[in-house]
Amino acid sequence: MPAIIFIHADGKPDRVETSGGESAMQAATRHGVEGILAECGGNAMCATCHVYVDESWLARLPAMADDEDALLDGTAAERRPNSRLSCQITVTSELDGLVLRLPERQI
Amino acid sequence: MTASGSAGSGVPHLDVDPFDMTFFADPYPAHELLREAGPVVYLDKWKVYGVARYAEVHAVLNDPATFCSSRGVGLSDFKKETPWRPPSLILEADAPAHTRTRAVLSKVLSPTVMKQVRDRFAAAAEERVDALLDKRSFDAITDLAEAYPLSIFPDALGLKAEGREHLIPYASVVFNAFGPPNQLRQEAIERSMPHQAYVAEQCQRENLTPGGFGACIHAQVDEGAITPTEAPLLVRSLLSAGLDTTVNGIGAAVYCLARFPDQWQRLREDLSLARGAFEEAVRFESPVQTFFRTTTREVELSGAKIGEGEKVLMFLAAANRDPRRWDDPDRYDITRRTSGHVGFGSGIHMCVGQLVARLEGEVMLTALARRIAKIEITGEPKRRFNNTLRGLDSLPVTITPA
Repeated sequence: MPAIIFIHADGKPDRVETSGGESAMQAATRHGVEGILAECGGNAMCATCHVYVDESWLARLPAMADDEDALLDGTAAERRPNSRLSCQITVTSELDGLVLRLPERQI
Repeated sequence: MTASGSAGSGVPHLDVDPFDMTFFADPYPAHELLREAGPVVYLDKWKVYGVARYAEVHAVLNDPATFCSSRGVGLSDFKKETPWRPPSLILEADAPAHTRTRAVLSKVLSPTVMKQVRDRFAAAAEERVDALLDKRSFDAITDLAEAYPLSIFPDALGLKAEGREHLIPYASVVFNAFGPPNQLRQEAIERSMPHQAYVAEQCQRENLTPGGFGACIHAQVDEGAITPTEAPLLVRSLLSAGLDTTVNGIGAAVYCLARFPDQWQRLREDLSLARGAFEEAVRFESPVQTFFRTTTREVELSGAKIGEGEKVLMFLAAANRDPRRWDDPDRYDITRRTSGHVGFGSGIHMCVGQLVARLEGEVMLTALARRIAKIEITGEPKRRFNNTLRGLDSLPVTITPA
């Protein structure tokens, strides 16, 4: 199963094994990764599973939908060009090793 | 209250009435019975299917094509009965009609908008705590759980000052009306005319203050997103769903924190837990207990065959305490990872006002925990009975300043 690496705001990495077809957010909450709140549970409504995608992976991610784009305007930490909502990233085998940096805060 | 074997389809039949006063007084033994009887049950009293385990509740919520909302999310089937009021354009609608109206409300109640109102909501919470500290002994429902949302939400929506006393009674009718034709529902609808008239009037564009949530909905008409006849009905959705629910949510949180002083102490030691304390109260108490869906086709759910046009009752509250999903589910733990609870629903119909509710809950609990050392319950809490909502009518408390 593909793994993803969350890098906390303090620089500490957290490697998380995903299971079939789940989103990066689901993998993070299942493993208790601090820094992903996911208040709405993955329904694209809350903007509290915000991540900064490592630049080298950015182009390989699925395109952003309008609702995700709008929600990213409301994140607690600064929105950057590599901002995504982790609930909208389905982890496929092509994304094995994906690096996601966690913002300082989600609310 | 028994499970009486199973019918031909293998679905256990239960004689539980989830809209009965004895059920409302203490739903937990019945929730357990419902969950343990099977993944899908049949409730003979109202001739409906029921799901009370997390997995099935979540599955039904996330399959809106099979389990539709347009035939009503209460017991009444809009295909067979005339609704008591014109259907909601969002709650009682399916895709694609739902998609457009949902987008309008999502925009009006977005995380960005919440950032803009946050300071105002927080300041009002501080003012409320000032008033409570003057009193020391008060009713945590009327003086806190109701008074706080009433001090901000109607203004945020842009309502006129007159007639606001209709708001909570109107919401109570709406949530009672999702239930079966029992006494609670009949009486609520019979007494609803003045509340309905008030609400219909406030939803009109000229009656809403510029800049408020209501005016923002009407502004979407100019953008071409909705029609002029749709806008008032969407404002109505905020009036129906935006106040009584947060009253019950904040009431639930205060009730939990007063009953579990260790959790109150934890919160006092770390105010960043306020948001989690509110969220956990929504899971633990589930202010919105149930909703119905209607099947659009024959479907098999966890081995149970359900025909077309059947009502399925989702026990959100039972799912939120399903031991299959939650460790130690009957414990109120403000550090719990609550993501995925169905207290606000799930899927495309998940509560569009959840960010407003969380903001109100968070700033209120922060203000309380910062300045109050102890909350003690000083009298018997009184329950408020409603076919859909669970909450208290009164909760006498005494507070000790920090």
